[in-house]
Order: sequence, then C-alpha cells, then structure tokens
Amino acid sequence: MSEYSLSINGKKLKVDVSEDTPLLWVLRDTLDLTGTKYGCGMAQCGACTIHIDGMPTRSCVTPVTLAIGKEITTIEGLSENGDHPVQQAWDTLDVPQCGFCQSGQMMTAAALLKENPNPDEEEISMAMSAHICRCGTYHRINEAVKLAAKLQKR
Amino acid sequence: MKNNRRDFLKNMLLTSGGLVIGFNSLGNSNAEIISLENLKDELLSNAFLTINSNNIITIFSPNPEIGQGIKTAFAVIVAEELDVDWEKVVVEQADLDIKRFERQLTGGSGAIKHSWERLRKAGATGRYALMASAAKKWNVSAASLKTDKGFVINAKGEKISYGDLVKEAVSVEIPKEIPLKSNKEFKLIGQTIKSVDNKTVLTGKAKYGMDYKQAGMLYAQIVRPQGFGQTLKDFDAIEAKKIDGVIDVISFKDKVAIIGKSNWPIMKARKVLTINWTNTKELESDTKHNQIFTDMMKNGPFEVRRKDGDIEKAFAEAHKIIEAEYQCPFLSHSPMEPMNFFADVKTDSAKLVGPTQTPQSAQNQVAKLLNIPVENITVELTKMGGGFGRRLNNDYALEAAEVSSLIKAPVKLMWTREDDMSGGIYRPAVRYKFKASIDKAGNVTGFALKGVGLNAGNSTRQDNFPVGAIDNVLIESADYKSDITTGPWRAPITNFLAYAEQAFIDEIAFAAGKDPVKLRLELLKKAIEKPVGKITYEPARFEKVITTVAERAKWGSAKKGLHQGFSVYFSHNSYVAQIAEVEMKKGKPTLKKVFAVTDCGIVINQSGARNQIYGAIVDGLGHAMYGNLNFENGAPKQTNFDQYRLIRFNEVPEIDAYFVDNGIDPTGLGEPALPPTGGALANAIFKATGKRIYKQPFAMEDEKVADIL
Ligand code: FES
Ligand code: FES
Repeated sequence: MSEYSLSINGKKLKVDVSEDTPLLWVLRDTLDLTGTKYGCGMAQCGACTIHIDGMPTRSCVTPVTLAIGKEITTIEGLSENGDHPVQQAWDTLDVPQCGFCQSGQMMTAAALLKENPNPDEEEISMAMSAHICRCGTYHRINEAVKLAAKLQKR
Repeated sequence: MKNNRRDFLKNMLLTSGGLVIGFNSLGNSNAEIISLENLKDELLSNAFLTINSNNIITIFSPNPEIGQGIKTAFAVIVAEELDVDWEKVVVEQADLDIKRFERQLTGGSGAIKHSWERLRKAGATGRYALMASAAKKWNVSAASLKTDKGFVINAKGEKISYGDLVKEAVSVEIPKEIPLKSNKEFKLIGQTIKSVDNKTVLTGKAKYGMDYKQAGMLYAQIVRPQGFGQTLKDFDAIEAKKIDGVIDVISFKDKVAIIGKSNWPIMKARKVLTINWTNTKELESDTKHNQIFTDMMKNGPFEVRRKDGDIEKAFAEAHKIIEAEYQCPFLSHSPMEPMNFFADVKTDSAKLVGPTQTPQSAQNQVAKLLNIPVENITVELTKMGGGFGRRLNNDYALEAAEVSSLIKAPVKLMWTREDDMSGGIYRPAVRYKFKASIDKAGNVTGFALKGVGLNAGNSTRQDNFPVGAIDNVLIESADYKSDITTGPWRAPITNFLAYAEQAFIDEIAFAAGKDPVKLRLELLKKAIEKPVGKITYEPARFEKVITTVAERAKWGSAKKGLHQGFSVYFSHNSYVAQIAEVEMKKGKPTLKKVFAVTDCGIVINQSGARNQIYGAIVDGLGHAMYGNLNFENGAPKQTNFDQYRLIRFNEVPEIDAYFVDNGIDPTGLGEPALPPTGGALANAIFKATGKRIYKQPFAMEDEKVADIL
C-alpha cells in the first residue's frame, strides 16, 4: 500500500491503496464516490467512464498511478448543481431507465461536446457506441446529445 | 427508506412531530392509529401516502424498480386521484412490508394490473377525507367543492391547502365505496412525465445496491464451481491471504469466499487462489445438448398441454403440410449492475439491503437458511441496475447472508461480470417443432407444436394465439433436467417462442398463398365467431393492434426496395403488433425501422411507456441477433461483454411507437413489446433475402444478415 495524492472534482484527496488499484475501485470503495459504476471491468461497457484532464477514460482499467498530478472529474463533479447541459438534456428527454449506465454515458457525451460542440450523427454515434445500455435507451441518448449541444450554446 | 413500517411511523412522528392516524386505503376497520401526546403537527396517512400540515406530500412506491418505471407510474396513479401538484410530490421507495403493501415484487409485468384499483383508492380516500373536512369548515356540501393541485376549492373560488385540512381530515369516517375519477377527468395519467429518480441518477447520487455501504462493512466475492455439476475438492489460500487488504478465505457449499476490505485486493486474491474442483458426473456441453434435443424431439417423453379436435386426421387430409424447427441457446440476463447484496446477520436477526425483484422471498429464504424468525429480518430495497428477471432469484442475497453469518460481520457481496455471466439462472435453451396443415382453400386446419427445453418447465404457451382459431391443435412439451441453472428472462419462454411462432405463421401464410396480415385477421375472425376451446386473449384487441400497425407502416404498399416483416403477440395481458422494415443496400439487408402498436389499456405515463417499448424492441433485436452462450466442460465460453455481444448505440433502427387508446384498465409494459420483435425481424429478412432464419443468434446463422443492424 502507498499513499497517493489525487485531485478529484477540484478537491485534493489522499488515498492509501496498492499501486495497481484501478481508479474505479479507489473512487467507489475508498472515496465513496459511487456515481462511477462497475459494469464489466474490462473496458467494454463504459459504465466507469470518468474524465482525466478532460479526456473520457475507463476507470476500471486505469491504475491509480496514472492519475497522479492530473485532474479527475467524476459524475459527482460534472457540475455543481446537476445542471451541466448534458444533465439537463438527459433529464428533459427522460433518458434513464434503470440509470446504471448513464453516468458513464453522460461523461462521454460531455467530453465529446467539449471537444466538438457541433457533432454530426456520425460523430455522436462513434462516441456513444463505445457504451452499453442494457435497457436500450439509445434513441433518447442520441436526442439528448443533440439537445445538450444546443443548450451548451446558450 | 431505512425503516420498516413501525419505525417509519415513529420516525415521521419524531421528525415532523405528529398525530398519525392511518386510515386503510380500502376503508375497512384495520386502520392503524398511533398518537403521541403533546405533538403539534398532524399527518394524514395511509399505506401509500402521507400528507403533513406543511403540505409535504409523500407517496410510497412499494414495488422494486428495475428500470421499468414503476416508481413513477405508481406515484402518478396515487397523485391523480389525490389531485395534487405533481411537481411538489415526494416519491419514496418503500422497504419490504407485505402487511402494508400486499404485493411487492417485480415480475410478469403484473404490478400495474394488480395495483391500479388499490392505488386509485388510496389517492381517492385521501381526497375524500380532505374534501369532507373542507366541507365542514365552510359549512357547505362536499359535492359543491372541487380540488386542484393540492387545494380544495369552494364555489366562491376560495382555496384551502390540503396541509391545512390534515388536522380535521384524520378523523373523517371513510365509507366503503369511494368514488374514483372518470378517465376524462385525468390530469396526470396519460401525460409525459419524467422519472422521479432523474435528479439523483443524473448526478451520480442514486444509491444502487452496489453503492450501499455501512460502517464496519467488509466486502466479499465468491468463487463458484467452474462448471455446472462440479463440487469443491479443496483449496489453498496461502498466497491469497498474503495480499494486503484480504482478511480471510472461507468455504461453504462448494464455494470459496474471499473476504476483504475492498474489492480490488479480493480480485487480486482470486488470481492466486488455487482451487481444485471435482467432476462428479459428465459435464454438459453444446454437443451433449444437441444430442439431448435430437433425442427428446423424437422420443419425448412429451406432456400434452392442449388438444383440440383431431390433429392426426387434419394432417392426413391436408392439402399441404408445413414443418419447421426453431432453436435458441441459453442466454444471460446481464443486467448492467452485476449481482450484489448486503447482509448483516446477527444471532437472531438480519438486515438485508440490495437489489432484488422479490424481497419477500429473500426474507423468507434467509429466515429458513439461517433459522432466524422472519419478523426479525428486514429487507431494504435499493435502486437496481436492471433486472430482466435475473433478480427474481435471490441466490446472491442468500450467499451474502450466509457469508455474513459465517464471518459474523456486515458484508457486501459483489459478483464480477464474469461471475454474473457464468453464474447461471439463464434463459433456458429451447427447441420448437411446428407442423401445420392447410386445405385447398388455404385455410389452416391443423397446428401442432412440440417444445423441448433444458430446464424450461413448460416451454409452450398452450392457450395463446393461434390456438383458439384452429380446429385441430396439439401442443406438447418435454423438459430435460440439466445441471445448468435457469430462470425467467424478460418475457419468459415467449421471448423466443413468439419469434418461432410468428415466423412459422409467416411460413404458413406463404405456403397458403395468403398475405401474412390477412391470414392473422382471418384466424382472429374465426376466434371471435367460432372459438375453439379456451382462449386467454381478446381477439378484438388483437385485431385492432394488427390493423393499426398495418396502416401506420403502409403494409402492402411500402416504398420500393423496402421489405416488411410482420409479427404480433399477446403477452402479460398486453397486445403488441410490429412491422420491421429491411432495405437491401449493395446486396446486404439493413434494418431501417420498426413500427410497434401496443394495446396496454390506459397509458399511465407516455414517457415511461415509450421507454419500455424502445427498450424492449432494442433488447429483442440485440438478443435475436447476437445473444448466445456456448457450453463446454459444464461452463459457458462467454464470460464478459467482449464475447457476449450486446446491441449498441449505432445498431438501433428508427422506432415508431404508438398506443391504442381504448380506456381499458391498464396492463403491464415491461415485457410485452419484446416477444414480437424477433419474428418481425426474421420475417422482414425473409422478404428481403428469401431466406428463413430458424436459429438464434441470427448473426451466426447467416453471415449475410450479420450486419443487418
Ligand atoms: S466497467 Fe469499465 S468499461 Fe465496463
Ligand atoms: S439505463 Fe439501464 S443500462 Fe442504461
């Protein structure tokens, strides 16, 4: 076990974990940031997606050591009041069914829209097809990404 | 919600300070009355709702929420009859309390049908009591009053809030018969209403079972036999125990449990744990399953499920005989949140927290397993990352309880995705053999179905369409007791049977030279005019969804190059007809659109209902195309999403979801749109390519259609 200093959602936090611990388990088990979900543990489903220096990253396969000195954002820190354009759009269009995949979906959508404020169908599809939603909310995710792009411009 | 009923009342009293007079929603005499002296505020309450004098209106949703939208739908029904401002309602998930709620389970799409009446009465009773007290206050008749958004309003237009009436309302006598709104008076029901959980889900604050924590809690994962049919011989945990964060390794019932401070050390320990398993018998494989199917399809033993007329005679006199066999593999439920449960077992009590579709059965089973009185076991329901039937089985909750009782500590049991996919309780593998006869005029004279399943129970649905519309019918099933465990999977049995049946009826239509839609309508006409034996469906409702979807999709006059496939099914008391449209692009078929017309009676919430239709169709398409578990040495070869393919964002077609508006009492929607999907797709593929598909997964059956999505 070693102590690591991490910057998460704008806060400096210290954790004492072994160096190979995936960030996912540091967030969930050590720091109680359980909005980031475990779905497969092998970078297949996207439920564990967070931002590291703004890049959408699968925390289940990212060891804690890779995040040192970088800024980590989780769903809890996507916005202060739950009003990031992506969160607003997801709510307006009532996207979630069980909701379990949605924090990962939103983290990817938010990163996409930051990088590319006007994604076309193809670009949205490229980004969002990296995720699995077992409930099949894909139609609404598609609409919500487009709505979030509009909201972002306001 | 952390407390049981009694604690809940006590808590309410302590936090809001109140006189609680619970009146039973059905207006009978077992009302619960609790009063504490010197308390100022009042609380009007029944099983499903409370209103306090500060106008805080809380509605309790008793049923497990797995993403089907029940938490919102239930609250909408209560709020409708209570006539409150939806924006101000607080909706809470209730914990297990069968005395209070009667039915708390998620399965069979049965919640709405079962509770429609009760929920309306619960709301209407509250409204009645509030109106009666306002009438007294104003000294007018209750009939001269109306309500809106949490206020009682008199003829002069004066308003008084529900909260201000609570004090008097608690002592109003409730008559046996409470008037309910007419459908025309609905303000909320039928609107587009967002899920009450959006706020917490979208900010990462919602607590799923996996997120639940308690001080002092340990984590556990379990290594189970690698193949179904194996037993535990011995294990060596020396290396595993050396890992920092691992506390202990124990075994019970052919399982080895690793206990740790968090998940990662446990996952590492699993890699260095040596376990030897014993094969007590021949382990099952695809090859063995194929043999069993072939043998049983020929030799049975079959159980007759339904017999109408004389099938042998019909076949002997047939102008044409049509035969086909359909096959489906085992499937994993793979809800997005893998199995997990929390248990804190003490000598004579237990606290269980987690995701289950059947909390009462978890309670009973744990009571039996650990010999603890049922009343000393509490079950708290968390949010659930999907269910699809997997969480009807409480094996993982029992495991958590057993581990907690062995280590004498609160424990969170976690299954990895691999545990989840290889841990059993699958949709059973099934094969169907159909045989039908038609006469010279193209009428269907005989219909026979043989279903063989591996742990499928009755793999047929002997009273469903087209049975009832054909004079000579024989439905039989045979079941093999396999080591591979199975359970209900979203729309049990019919999730595949519907596809097989609908594809076969399509074949009959082509053999008879009839339009597939017209053939169904002809059969239904017969079911109306001269039904054969017992039928469970209403033919007229069937007809309506069929003709409506045909109109919407312009059946028979689709644009050139579009190939349409039709399918319709009655399941869980709802009717869904679908038309899938396939286009040929550079010699390859592509699925463009699916039309779905649903009759589930009154639609409670347009948004939730649409979500279920989209979700079920996407689910149906994905599993028809890709769903597959192959077995070798008693174990599935697919253990995670890299091999077990699920449908993704870029693969979904456009969906046109339409609901028949007939004002009939509502029925369930969590399952009914799934069964017809595979059939509509397969029939459209036939139209486009001339090839019939007889096996799931379609993508492996025919490489030409592998990229159809
Ligand atoms: S849990 Fe990380 S991608 Fe699935
Ligand atoms: S909403 Fe359930 S998995 Fe996406």
